[in-house]
Amino acid sequence: MDLAAPAGSRAGPSRWLALDRSTPLWALLALVLVVLVLLPLAWLLASSLRGAEGITLRHYLTLATEPQYLQAVRYTLLLGLGVGLLSALVGAPMGWLVARTDLPGKRVIRALVLASFVTPPYLGAFAWTMLAGPNAGFLNKLFRDLTGAEGHLVNIFTTGGLIFVMFLYSYPYVFTMVANALELIPSELEEAAQMLGAGRSRTALSITLPLAAPALTGGFILGFLQALTLFGSPAILAMPAGVHTITTRIWALFQYPPRVEVAAALSLPLLLVAALLLALQRGWLGRKGYATVGGRGAARQVIPLGPWRWPALGFCLLLLALAVGFPYLILAKAAMVRAWAQPLTWENLTFQNLQFTWEYGATREALWNTLKLGILSATAGVGLATAIAYIVNRGLLRGAHVLTFLATAPIAIPGVVLAVGLFVAYTQPPLVLYGTVWILFVAYLTKEMPIGYAQADATFRGIHPELEDASRILGAGRVRALLDVTVPLARSGVVAAWCFIFIGAIRELSASILLFTSQSRVISVVIFDLKEEGHFGAIAVLGLLLLALTFLVVLGMERVAGRSILGSRE
Amino acid sequence: MRSSRSSIPLILALAAAVLMAARPAPGADPRLEAAKREGKVTWYTSVALTTAERIAKLFESAFGVPVAVNRTGSQRVLQRVLQEAQAGIKVVDVIQTSDAGHFVLLKSKGLLARYIPAGTEGFPAAFKDRDGSYLGWRATLSVIAYNPKLVPAAEAPRSWKDLLQPKWKGKLVKAHPGYSGIIATGMLALVKEFSWDYFRQLAKNGPMIVQSANDPAQVVASGERPVAADGAEYFLYSQRKKGNPLAIVYPAEGVPLVISPTAIARDAPHPAAARLFTDFIFTKAVQQLMADREGLYVPHPEVTYPADKPKLKDLKLLQVDAEELESRNQELKRTFAEIFGV
Repeated sequence: MDLAAPAGSRAGPSRWLALDRSTPLWALLALVLVVLVLLPLAWLLASSLRGAEGITLRHYLTLATEPQYLQAVRYTLLLGLGVGLLSALVGAPMGWLVARTDLPGKRVIRALVLASFVTPPYLGAFAWTMLAGPNAGFLNKLFRDLTGAEGHLVNIFTTGGLIFVMFLYSYPYVFTMVANALELIPSELEEAAQMLGAGRSRTALSITLPLAAPALTGGFILGFLQALTLFGSPAILAMPAGVHTITTRIWALFQYPPRVEVAAALSLPLLLVAALLLALQRGWLGRKGYATVGGRGAARQVIPLGPWRWPALGFCLLLLALAVGFPYLILAKAAMVRAWAQPLTWENLTFQNLQFTWEYGATREALWNTLKLGILSATAGVGLATAIAYIVNRGLLRGAHVLTFLATAPIAIPGVVLAVGLFVAYTQPPLVLYGTVWILFVAYLTKEMPIGYAQADATFRGIHPELEDASRILGAGRVRALLDVTVPLARSGVVAAWCFIFIGAIRELSASILLFTSQSRVISVVIFDLKEEGHFGAIAVLGLLLLALTFLVVLGMERVAGRSILGSRE
Repeated sequence: MRSSRSSIPLILALAAAVLMAARPAPGADPRLEAAKREGKVTWYTSVALTTAERIAKLFESAFGVPVAVNRTGSQRVLQRVLQEAQAGIKVVDVIQTSDAGHFVLLKSKGLLARYIPAGTEGFPAAFKDRDGSYLGWRATLSVIAYNPKLVPAAEAPRSWKDLLQPKWKGKLVKAHPGYSGIIATGMLALVKEFSWDYFRQLAKNGPMIVQSANDPAQVVASGERPVAADGAEYFLYSQRKKGNPLAIVYPAEGVPLVISPTAIARDAPHPAAARLFTDFIFTKAVQQLMADREGLYVPHPEVTYPADKPKLKDLKLLQVDAEELESRNQELKRTFAEIFGV
């Protein structure tokens, strides 16, 4: 005892000292997050209240009295509802089919879902103008040729068309959430229900569905948020029909004469709706509890589809053809021909699009900027998200739950809104970042923080602190224990987070469109510029290049991680 | 873009001509040396991207100074210039848009440097600024166009008023004055002629609204909409030359003539290169190339035009002066948004 006592008292202080030494690091990282998220929002609010004569509500009054703004808000909400419902209704069954049933070709389906996730929504919208424009669209021409009918089958320049195209690139969120949740729900409850005499459908309705419900509503909300925050798709499909959404309105308010204050005021309804949705979901989830979703060693029953196997596969493949197959085929055609609407003949074939795209000075510079920004923001983002998730999971700082909130909050900040805040914050001293790629870096880092954090958080939840504690008892400091024990265990989760941020940054348009200058163009902005002047061939070349580039990087990282980033645990 | 291969000799010949005309006498030209030291020239322009790239390449091969082309719509160019000036970012050297009103505004804000390019004394007065802060570099007509494969010539619209007929409902495409200076200027000219009522009635035919004055060419050629209610004539002309199914209508009621000025930014980071570039784009060789290859009208009095382009003196031209464009800019954009929704 006498010998043990001093040893114990020595161990005590050293443990605290170790904690003390790393605490400033955690505090600093937390501070970075606070500045990243709160600074643009504070500027946004301040800017929306700023008038020549001091604080004013005039800009909000403008919103309330000029009907075009309310019209944009109503239209955006309508889109959100449509996209959310459609994404949930299609993405969830698909997630269930892949996670739980004996559906054939699951690997292919997952790869194609990843392809639709990687496709920038504006590129999909652009491809669909070539597929389903009422007169020149490929599908409508085919329809007229086959049926001899006049008129068109589908018109993409309508509200329905816009909802459809937004849904095509939003459903992967629902798919992933539902598939992941179902893979974690053990089959025991379902088996119990069946032993108690419930049939398949009864089991599905009373056990599986309620358990998957949080993922389902989460998916609906993500779809809704996507529709709220997208800029490129409505700019390509709604504006030609004379309709604005909130995001395109905000962007238009930056044109000369700029009305940044009104843009800031118009940002707030968007922010509020998004935040409200998230709060609702959180409250609802909070009551339901996730206790059964533990998944450690749970065996999952594979549900045989029987005769439904092939129709189910057909359903999945049809969706993937619409999201990936047709769009990339028409892009490939447009890349190779002189006139995209003319048939594929020798006469029409050309290498000129390729050559023009390569020689156009902006292209290479923009590709380089995009790649650089993707890698930088993914690396910094993963570092920060992982550190924050670690702080929260190990309770290293007081008030850590505030950090969770801050790391998740940007999901409710549309890119355009974030850009307005960043524009105001960083076009004036002390820190003038506007005009450099660093303002885009800050935007991407902030915007992609939630997805990085969600991944990192899930990873640390799965790694019990016991292992780290063991290492600490053996004398390692906290940072050392983290690097030697936890990081290797967290590797695959961290790589997945890196990929998500990278993809998000590569396809970002809505914030970039307000923040770029001629010194800091990225590929999405170049594509948007080319679209406005109608250079279809060059856009197609760039779009395909972007897809190839993203896939290469993601596949390489998946190799490192040793698993699919869309969460297959097979 | 059918003619690319067959026209390579032509391009080479033109390039050689440009080189001969523009290259200074051997020996040290201090201006060229200064431009080379500056290393590049940054050009914000609204001319069609293909045109801009071609001129940039010619300049680089003549002087060894690369041109960073930033091509977007006139109104976006203005937005960029003003945003960057406000943030104190000095990037742009040469500013060129198709909305002469922009130059009145930029000049009043003190953002332009005075510079009168060499050899431009004999240019028509309509292209010149009193103080030499800017100079019209090219002129474009805003015209009607249609797809002759889908619309027989006998049924095609012949005048602006023809576009109001109900038979064009859902068949028209129109570009945006909030993007394009050609469209902004052209619309104001028509508003002065016919009042806003003309556009209120046009809106009833539900035109598809695109951004650039060059985009209608692609929309009409693809057949998505068979008739363009406005658009840049030079781009339609050069696209037709490349074999696209396009026919151009020069309405007898009057054709808006849009003069696109160019200027050097006061805070240009490469001022010597900017002056060299400005001189270059006003040389007869380059101006002739713009007329021959791009179908543009230019201020240089000695330039000759392709035989299949109408002579400006044969058309009834509608013009708006720069001051009026500047003073009615807001009215134009607001009323357009009110009528067409975006």
